Amino acid sequence: MTERGWAFARNVILKALALLVVFLLVVLAFNPLSGLGKLSLYNFIFPGRLRFPFGEDPQISYNLTINNLDVLFASHQVVQPKAADEYRVFLIGDSSVWGILLRPEQTLAGQLNAMDLHACDGRRMVFYNLGYPTLSLDKDLTILKQAMQYQPDQVIWLVTLESFPGINPQASPLITPPATNPNLPAFLDTLLTERRSIADWYRLQLYGVMWAATGIDQNYPVDYTPAARDLANDPTLNGMAQTDLSSRLSFEPFETGISLLGKVPLWLVNEPILVSDGANSNIRYNFYYPRWAYDQYRTLMAHEVQMHASSAGFLPAFAQTGTPGWHYLDAWNLVPENQFTNSAIHLTPAGESLLAQRIAQELETTCP
Amino acid sequence: MTLTTILIFGVAILFYRLIFQSKARDMVLLVVSAIAVYWLQPAMSVRNLDFWLPTATLALVVLSWIIATPPEGRTWRDNWPAFAALAGVVLLVALTRYLSLTGGIIIPSRPPQTEEVLLALALLGLACWLLMRVKRTLPVLLVGGIVLLVGLLVVIKQPELAQWASAALRSLVGQDASLATSDDIRWLGYSYLAFRLIHTLRDRQTGRLPVVTLQEYVNYAIFFPAFTAGPIDRLERFVKELRAGSLLTGEDFTEGGLRLVVGLFKKFVLADSLAIFALSATNAAQVRSAGWAWVLVLAYTFQIYFDFSGYTDIALGLARWLGFRLPENFNHPYLKPNLTQFWNNWHMTLTQWVRAYYFNPLARAVRSAKKPLPAWLAVFIGQVSTMLVIGLWHGITWNFLIWGAWHGLGLFVHNRWSELTRPLQATLEGHPRWKPIGTGISTLFTFVYVALGWVWFCLPTPALALQVFGKLFGVS
Repeated sequence: MTERGWAFARNVILKALALLVVFLLVVLAFNPLSGLGKLSLYNFIFPGRLRFPFGEDPQISYNLTINNLDVLFASHQVVQPKAADEYRVFLIGDSSVWGILLRPEQTLAGQLNAMDLHACDGRRMVFYNLGYPTLSLDKDLTILKQAMQYQPDQVIWLVTLESFPGINPQASPLITPPATNPNLPAFLDTLLTERRSIADWYRLQLYGVMWAATGIDQNYPVDYTPAARDLANDPTLNGMAQTDLSSRLSFEPFETGISLLGKVPLWLVNEPILVSDGANSNIRYNFYYPRWAYDQYRTLMAHEVQMHASSAGFLPAFAQTGTPGWHYLDAWNLVPENQFTNSAIHLTPAGESLLAQRIAQELETTCP
Repeated sequence: MTLTTILIFGVAILFYRLIFQSKARDMVLLVVSAIAVYWLQPAMSVRNLDFWLPTATLALVVLSWIIATPPEGRTWRDNWPAFAALAGVVLLVALTRYLSLTGGIIIPSRPPQTEEVLLALALLGLACWLLMRVKRTLPVLLVGGIVLLVGLLVVIKQPELAQWASAALRSLVGQDASLATSDDIRWLGYSYLAFRLIHTLRDRQTGRLPVVTLQEYVNYAIFFPAFTAGPIDRLERFVKELRAGSLLTGEDFTEGGLRLVVGLFKKFVLADSLAIFALSATNAAQVRSAGWAWVLVLAYTFQIYFDFSGYTDIALGLARWLGFRLPENFNHPYLKPNLTQFWNNWHMTLTQWVRAYYFNPLARAVRSAKKPLPAWLAVFIGQVSTMLVIGLWHGITWNFLIWGAWHGLGLFVHNRWSELTRPLQATLEGHPRWKPIGTGISTLFTFVYVALGWVWFCLPTPALALQVFGKLFGVS
């Protein structure tokens, strides 16, 4: 054993430890992900994604679930500069807008784009899928807030009863901070959280190759469990017995959304749901909704729209003539029950086509 | 090996080197390696196979030692500690069944009934005792040992045979045989173990094998840093270092550590990143354009290199901490100007093994045949069949066979090309300016040829590989 060799080894270890400590302190002090999230190989080396990154099984879907808005937007094609002849329409909403089990071109945005629609002023309408698979109006608002910097000309917001904060107690991970580990010191917990976030950001960049090479951004299983048609003999809504929903349904997210939008017109769409005719369909429409709750919700929504239109001085829905304002389309029973896939709100390509045609028809009627 | 496993190994080795400085050190190494054989074995769907396969590994090693060692070298007096230690490890692992009623402690699942383990040990002990009583080395035993090792390799590498074996084992343990698949039997490290043991049996046949103790032999065969992914060392070289026994030096620590860090970076950063978009059975049919198909193939080309050479670096680094300098397996293979040099620098220990135990004997046989073959035909037979053997070592499937043939034909063509262009090469030697250009073109051509060869290697069927070739060259 040579003393010199060990001295060298000791110096290597000490320097490595010192560098590690410095690195950790830098991470802790500057939170690199806050800036890193905006950096992306998408829209630069790889084409921007047609919908936000989301994936339960990254190895098959070439995609992964990320709860950082900057990272989501940086990988989306919406951040590209707006063309002079482009009329930008943003679609926001839940997994039905994002398009579970659908290829990008089969989603609502994809089908609307295929229709080659033009706005009243002649600009070509380009629809952007900004849906994200969580049922939450607050999450939709968060996305909308961030999306406003990308110059929408119109926003179509697809909603359903389960998205209301008073109905679905689960908060979207997009707007709630990651859970902390009470067994770890705060600084270590932060470091571990950052480590996970940085690793996810890195993996998302690598999956850009597969996105560019295959155009695949989710798993398309041949077999899936179809949405239940035979329903439980259960009249409750998320465990809630029949009651007056007017005090529980808060329409505040819409008010906030409209104030965010300013003069940008908004289309609110009550998205199609599966209307089952199986067992206990006299009690429930589907897995999510007992009839009493959904019927109340539709009535309240229609009332709110009328109220809002009157108080804001806008014309009522469907009577718009090109003036910016609030439009409402109740498409709840537009799609037949055989056009739903694995959930009471997820549509087949044919179901999406029906919805797309209806929305296109409504959009055209708003022109003078 | 996972990152956690490697870190545990690293820490354990440093403790081991600091604590054990005496003769007991080699025995500790044996015990740790034997436990590692169990610990590294992945879970399997056939009941208790994750216990019996590592046990079979140890049994094969012991039996091979007895067969390969002359009677005077296998005395009970010198070797009983190793026998006892191995039996002790088997029993230790088996007894962990009483520490957990659900999963395993050392192996993934709960070990089998103790009575079954004792019966197996008794039968193995009886076989050892009978073989130890043979007072001379019987050629038939050496041949039988080699046949057995090759036979087992064939069974686990050939999908139909592996499925059949799985069905048989499932029936034996009372499981549904109809659920058997060819992936059921994942015998960790057997490909390397078989080649190490065949090397000793064959060298014993030719009288070149040194006499070693059971302890030394076991340490060579299942040396845990190299157990899962090589390199394939030679017994005489390994035992020389084992006997030399050295203290941990600062150079060992830093150079081994550097090798370990480089290996970890190659495997867990580069290879695992490339794996996300490297060519695979899934994405081969999904890729939409020729350009991206090339990206996927190149990603696989570098992924397999960083993965394999990374593991080798890890093995060499850990071994260095243990005081061993294992042979190199890779030496910048993608920077070589021809296929012959590529194979002299890619998985070098496997190539050397096949050269020593297949190519050279074959070449001698061809040369000494009564009717000598034309030179070109002898080269063709030697190179193509050698590469077929290397291909089949990875798995007995059409794609590995075609991959072997791809390289065999490439080597043959390179050999003939070298013969034909010898005057041109001599001319280039006289023009130093042109030589780097020629070398560069050759290196690029060799790299592309090797990269295209990986298409056969990485995909499960020739049809899928042809589909990828179609995409690469714009032919639908």
